[in-house]
Amino acid sequence: MREDSLSRNIDWVTILFYLTFIIAGWLNIFAVVYNPDPEVQQNIFDLSLNSGKQLLWIGSAFILILMIFAVDIKFYSAFAYVLYGIIILVVIATIFIGLEINGSHSWIGVGSFRVQPAEFAKLFTALALSRFLGDVNANLKKRNTRLVVAGILILPCLFILLQNETGGVLVFSAFILVLFREGLSPWILIIGVASIAIFILTLMLDKYNLSIGLLILAGVAIIIRIITVRKIIFRSIMINSATVIAIAILCIGIVFSVDFAINKVLKDHQRKRIMVLVNPELDKKKEGYQINQSKVAIGSGGFFGQGFLQGTQTKFDFVPEQSTDFIFCTIGEEHGWIGSTFLIILYIMFLVRIINLAERQKEKFARIYGYCVASIIFFHFMVNIGMTIGVFPIIGIPLPFFSYGGSSLWSFTILLFIFLKMDAHRKQVLAH
Amino acid sequence: MRDERKLVIQIIFILIGFIYIVRLFFLQVVEDKYKEEAEKNATRKIIEYPYRGLLYDRHNKPLVINQIVIDLMVVMKEMKVPDTTQFCNAFNISKEEFIDIIKKVKQEKGYNKNRPVPIIKQLSIEDFGKGLDVLADCNGFYRQERTIRSYPDQSAANALGYIGEISKPQLEKSTEGYYEQGDLVGISGLESSYEKYLRGKKGVRYIMKDVHGVVKGPYRGGDQDIISEPGENLFTTIDLELQKYGEEMMKNKIGSVVAIEPSTGEILAFISAPTYNPNALTGRYFSKNYDSLQKNPMKPLFNRPLMAMYPPGSIFKLAQALVGQQMGVLRPSTIYSCNQQAVGVKCHPHPSPNDLKGSIQWSCNPYYFTVFKTIIHKNRNTNKYRESELNYDDWRKHMATFGFGQKLKIDMPNMKSGHLPTNAYYDKIYGDLSWKHSTIRSLDIGQGELLIVPVQMANLAATVANKGYYYTPHFVKRIGEGKNARILKEYTQKHYTSIDSSFFQVIIEGMFMVVEHGTAYFDKIPGIEICGKTGTAQNPHGDDHSVFISFAPKTNPKIAIAVYVENGGFGAVTAAPIANLMIEKYLTDTTSAMSRWMKKVVTEKDLLTKNKKLYK
Repeated sequence: MREDSLSRNIDWVTILFYLTFIIAGWLNIFAVVYNPDPEVQQNIFDLSLNSGKQLLWIGSAFILILMIFAVDIKFYSAFAYVLYGIIILVVIATIFIGLEINGSHSWIGVGSFRVQPAEFAKLFTALALSRFLGDVNANLKKRNTRLVVAGILILPCLFILLQNETGGVLVFSAFILVLFREGLSPWILIIGVASIAIFILTLMLDKYNLSIGLLILAGVAIIIRIITVRKIIFRSIMINSATVIAIAILCIGIVFSVDFAINKVLKDHQRKRIMVLVNPELDKKKEGYQINQSKVAIGSGGFFGQGFLQGTQTKFDFVPEQSTDFIFCTIGEEHGWIGSTFLIILYIMFLVRIINLAERQKEKFARIYGYCVASIIFFHFMVNIGMTIGVFPIIGIPLPFFSYGGSSLWSFTILLFIFLKMDAHRKQVLAH
Repeated sequence: MRDERKLVIQIIFILIGFIYIVRLFFLQVVEDKYKEEAEKNATRKIIEYPYRGLLYDRHNKPLVINQIVIDLMVVMKEMKVPDTTQFCNAFNISKEEFIDIIKKVKQEKGYNKNRPVPIIKQLSIEDFGKGLDVLADCNGFYRQERTIRSYPDQSAANALGYIGEISKPQLEKSTEGYYEQGDLVGISGLESSYEKYLRGKKGVRYIMKDVHGVVKGPYRGGDQDIISEPGENLFTTIDLELQKYGEEMMKNKIGSVVAIEPSTGEILAFISAPTYNPNALTGRYFSKNYDSLQKNPMKPLFNRPLMAMYPPGSIFKLAQALVGQQMGVLRPSTIYSCNQQAVGVKCHPHPSPNDLKGSIQWSCNPYYFTVFKTIIHKNRNTNKYRESELNYDDWRKHMATFGFGQKLKIDMPNMKSGHLPTNAYYDKIYGDLSWKHSTIRSLDIGQGELLIVPVQMANLAATVANKGYYYTPHFVKRIGEGKNARILKEYTQKHYTSIDSSFFQVIIEGMFMVVEHGTAYFDKIPGIEICGKTGTAQNPHGDDHSVFISFAPKTNPKIAIAVYVENGGFGAVTAAPIANLMIEKYLTDTTSAMSRWMKKVVTEKDLLTKNKKLYK
């Protein structure tokens, strides 16, 4: 009876999205390893290929889903802090016992089985954040609440940073969307977007020209204000002008600090990754190689794409890390603009649906968690595809459900299905 | 307010999605440079070189064939040689050479350890076979076959020509866009003139390669590939046996032999002496050998039958006799005595006086002095100079119809026209109306400003044999085989001289007497009616050049020949025996004891050593 009601309340549409994504991802992973030589008979199920291994990860993800549904719904809120604590300890341990891969100590593993604890950190942080904000007494307008939220978010970031995994830390900025929904001032969002705009302008333009430009802009704004104002009140004009000039000076301050940060604080390879973004021709052979090859692969897809298993850039290893972080190149090359657009629309529909599901939750905890799920997946989607088409710097984060790899598939599956479990029980909660 | 915020977040999602879709539209649909770069990344264009056409002699014996050679290739990344000593022994190189080769290969531009590179080039199949056992134990080695030109009989080098990499100026000159740098092209001889037919059509193959340059099979299943078409075979007019026979006699001499079939204009033999081994200009020693041939003072690469301009000497008397008759100043019965003192011309002892036939038989110089004088001063009722000018112009027009002073449209490049002086030429030297017969009298016996190339001499013999016409001498009977076989129309056309055919009989009788009982009496071949004419051309460098033209048999001639031997002395001494022996060889294919002795004598005549000091 209870099973019955569970299956009736599960959001099968979201599960359909999920299945579509992982199967499409699996096929594209096969396309990457595919060898066109007719003498090499390849099987998508071959366990020595990435596609075969991914199938194992998918199978184990299904087992995880069953486990998530089997666990009592109260477990997730009850153990939110405990799980958060455990993952923090594991992340700390990884700093010391982790395997060193590409200069970062972010993997732990036995033999060929390896996981990246940071992948799971965002998941349990999401649970802990939802638990804390879900409390009736929590209010983002209160200073205490804000401090604790900051603490919950910054703690894992600190340790992940120590692992040398910058990309993993940036994911935590996704939580701003959650906080915005829960009452944080929209100014944080606006200032964030404005900072990014100024940041990019700083990269593209000379800092002095940019400063003069900002001052002229401020002057124009003041003059327009004086002309358009109906009744000239000296005092109010002074206050308005002072505010505008203060903002302009603040922006100039940001320009100079960004410039300083890029040239003095960032490591050489990080600076180059940012610089190739605004100028892809800068360094086609070395730092710019990956982003250039990625754009070449996607660009070669044209309108309709080369066809499944027909992409030359995909098959012949022109794009490094193609089955993991750069899986979108395969889609772009083999399925063209049509295929990419279809995927993006599907993904956006999926994210919009999660938001809608979150809003229908009666319990605050479940709603906040739903927003966490949507925000985290959205951030990965935005940055991952953005870096393949050259609008974001290359930070190694996967495309959820598509990229090859167990850690990411597992963590996103758990992330999503805990929420679907909550959603399936939304009516029971009311029955309390 | 909460609903608003939900909407804001959803709009942010949609906005980002929209921006990406637009961005992708520019990247994938609008911009073309990524597609080009992708193609450049993953495909490689491979030119498939066609099989070049072969050349055969008139009896379908191969003159030029393609020989398969093997380049031993290695992929450095995979290379494993368990026993270097054994390897080096198998391929007949020293260990140091082997190390040196590997070092050089690695320094080459565009070297890639994943891609096969040649380490030992152009091994013969036999040599490669010797190394097979050793290669079985090694790793990373591949073979690449290619073909080079090969000349089984090492004969007719200058006629056949050679192929080599296309030169920069040639590449720029070629407008059809067929050639690319590094392509092989016919550079001289028939290889050059029939390049268009021999080369075939290049093919193109597109293959895929991965990021390391490793080949990954055909691109798009080979849909865009173009299969190469082999070149067409040439069936030449050369008689290989005759060619070799003549070459043997000419080997230690400088000069030319050209034999033509008068009834068709087909060139039967084409000898430029000294010659070279055509196999020297194939394959990997091309440039080294080319350099040494180029520096050789004997100029073996100089295509003498077409390019060496010689004074013809007394063989020109035949043309004089014909033009004299045509101009009405000479008849078969015209008799002049060999009056050397009176005309101031030297001659050799012979019966005198002579009629026209006798003048040819004994090659009487004063006779032709008088003939030419009567031609030039044929009465025109004007002054002597005006008369000379008008008559010389007539004379020259007649001479030009024999092909003198012009390039015959022979199917071989770089023919020289020789020199048949024009009125303007003499005007320039002596002034307008300031020259007469006594000024240009050396022309009477084929000396002076007159220059003729050996092919024109052979053509003269063929024209006399045909009694007044010739076919343009040519080398190719047929292009291609089976259904596609073609002949070139321009070589089936008769070219008439301006001389009535009735004037030829007496000349032919005279030529017959030259060999029967005249200046070339010693070179007579029993049983064959040969008509010939000796020539002994003076030159400022050394001994006289020995000249002889002839045709045979007297009725229905099958072969006309011209032999020119530099510094060979009297025409009957060197040139005539070579010509007549070749006629015998061609017509009978048997040789008498007498001819074998004659051949031995003429073959052993080493003019190169004798005249060594001339070629320094």
